[in-house]
Amino acid sequence: MISIRSLEFYYRPGEFRLDIPEFSVTKGEKVAVIGPSGSGKTTLLNLIAGIMTPLKGTVSVGDIQVSGLDDRERRDFRITNIGFVFQDFELLDYLNVLDNVLHPFRITGALTLDREARSRATNLAQDMGIGDKLKRNSNDLSHGEKQRVAICRALLSQPKLILADEATGNLDPDNKGLILDLLFQSVEDHGTTLLAVTHDYELLKRFDRVVDFQQFEGHDK
Amino acid sequence: MLDTFYIAWRYVSFNKIKTATLVACVTLISFLPLSLQLLLEESERQLMSRAVSTPLVVGAKGSSLDLVMNTLYFDDEVPELITVAASNRVMDTDLALPIPVYARFQARGNPIVGTTLDYFDFRGLKIAQGRQLAVLGDCVLGAKVAETLGLEPGDSLVSSPETLFDLAGIYPLKMKVVGVLEKSHTSDDLAVFVDLKTAWVIQGLGHGHEDVTKLRDPTLVLKRTEKNVAATAKLYHHNEITEKNIDSFHFHGDLAQYPITAVIAVPHDDKSGTILRGRYLSQEETRQIVRPEDVIDGLLQNIFRIKNVLDAVISVVALATILAIILVFALSLRLRQREIQTVFKLGCRRATIARLLTAEIFIIVIMSGVFCGAMVFLVNQLSNDLVRMLFIR
Repeated sequence: MISIRSLEFYYRPGEFRLDIPEFSVTKGEKVAVIGPSGSGKTTLLNLIAGIMTPLKGTVSVGDIQVSGLDDRERRDFRITNIGFVFQDFELLDYLNVLDNVLHPFRITGALTLDREARSRATNLAQDMGIGDKLKRNSNDLSHGEKQRVAICRALLSQPKLILADEATGNLDPDNKGLILDLLFQSVEDHGTTLLAVTHDYELLKRFDRVVDFQQFEGHDK
Repeated sequence: MLDTFYIAWRYVSFNKIKTATLVACVTLISFLPLSLQLLLEESERQLMSRAVSTPLVVGAKGSSLDLVMNTLYFDDEVPELITVAASNRVMDTDLALPIPVYARFQARGNPIVGTTLDYFDFRGLKIAQGRQLAVLGDCVLGAKVAETLGLEPGDSLVSSPETLFDLAGIYPLKMKVVGVLEKSHTSDDLAVFVDLKTAWVIQGLGHGHEDVTKLRDPTLVLKRTEKNVAATAKLYHHNEITEKNIDSFHFHGDLAQYPITAVIAVPHDDKSGTILRGRYLSQEETRQIVRPEDVIDGLLQNIFRIKNVLDAVISVVALATILAIILVFALSLRLRQREIQTVFKLGCRRATIARLLTAEIFIIVIMSGVFCGAMVFLVNQLSNDLVRMLFIR
């Protein structure tokens, strides 16, 4: 599903540098990425999603070489193939739950907001246990409920890949396990690949594979 | 596009205080110049129409503006008085119809205009209720006066004293309301019309009292001779003219020397008007004759000069307000950086983000436009009364 070859990236010459000779994730796999803060884990997710482009090397997701696309193509690729789940949920406080879930469909022409999409959103919310909260403002939800909304939003476009950046970072211990259960279940139900950055070592055993970022070069040169 | 506006509307309606403040600012900076322009246009229309319809005014030499404002709009500033002789002089020229006007006194805040029946014909004023002036003590009310004071024919209205401290000055006269005029949308709606002689009675130049020849109380008689009886100040003067006492009212001295504030001169034709004006050109002349149209035109020129200054001030304030609004949006953008980055990460184009922000601004501008439009419409509907209340009587 994901294939990275001879990747090199840095923000500024002489500063932090990311070197990944090879990295891959197979389809349907649930992979956790761990490592110290500042080691480049979020940068990796951004490179896979096409938010940034590497200086050297290739990044491919499925058949698409993301690193070779232009700006517009990478955006369209991202919205139709990638689902994001953030540590801070990143919901819009002026939208209700349903509107937050549907938000990606409203901000791009690459996705069509039709009856089917609305129906799918409602079903996802039901599966996540927040089906009765669709009209509530996202500010009124608990952290666990907010993260469920974020997962719904990530899954709505039926992406090939879910990128979760510290998805359980702001949750209490009870909710961490619950959210991970929901995320894993949804990923399995939809046949989606999951790449999650996490600091939560207690949850690592639930992933198919754990990648320690320290094996890659992530230091000043 | 609909989705863009939907999200923008959600943002705007969620941030109520910020939206209300921005809408209020934009509404005000749009409304102020528009309403000012409307009111000034209406002022010009009202002032000029009244002035154009009044050919010539004769009055004491001095401020032509005060003379015109008092004669046409019954302004509180009373010009120097002239006498009825000035009206007789115009009559004697046979060039114009003279209409004397004595606009000095007030009744419950409304000007009392002493004049003749010719005034009503000249202004095209019609009686809506009751009848026209007929006898001493009668008054006819302008439509607005009757409405404001809740008076109708048969009621009475007392004139106001000029000052509380001048005991020998103008004392109140209880007048009988005999008629109410139709609405004319001019200053005449706000006036109380009386006969000239009634105005003189208010002033104290005419009075009514017991027949002094039949007085029995010795304290009322100052001096008695065969031909004359002088009464003391204790003699009671009627302060209401009734059917019973009307015959007792009389005027001392030559009526031609009695005071008026102005004479409206209605020339028979343009040539007569020009000749009449020529009669007042002499240096020794103690009277002036003015064309209200010229006086008001001069006033309006000054008003528009002031308006230009006001426009400049409003422009500066508007510019400052716009800059403040831009600052608010810029700061708001900074606060929303995280939201923008999230949306960008999700796959939104920069152009779409710009469109979302533009849609928010557009909604605020539209809302302001609606409010401004409603307020301007209201001002337009009420401009006649507003101008009268704010600028003219």
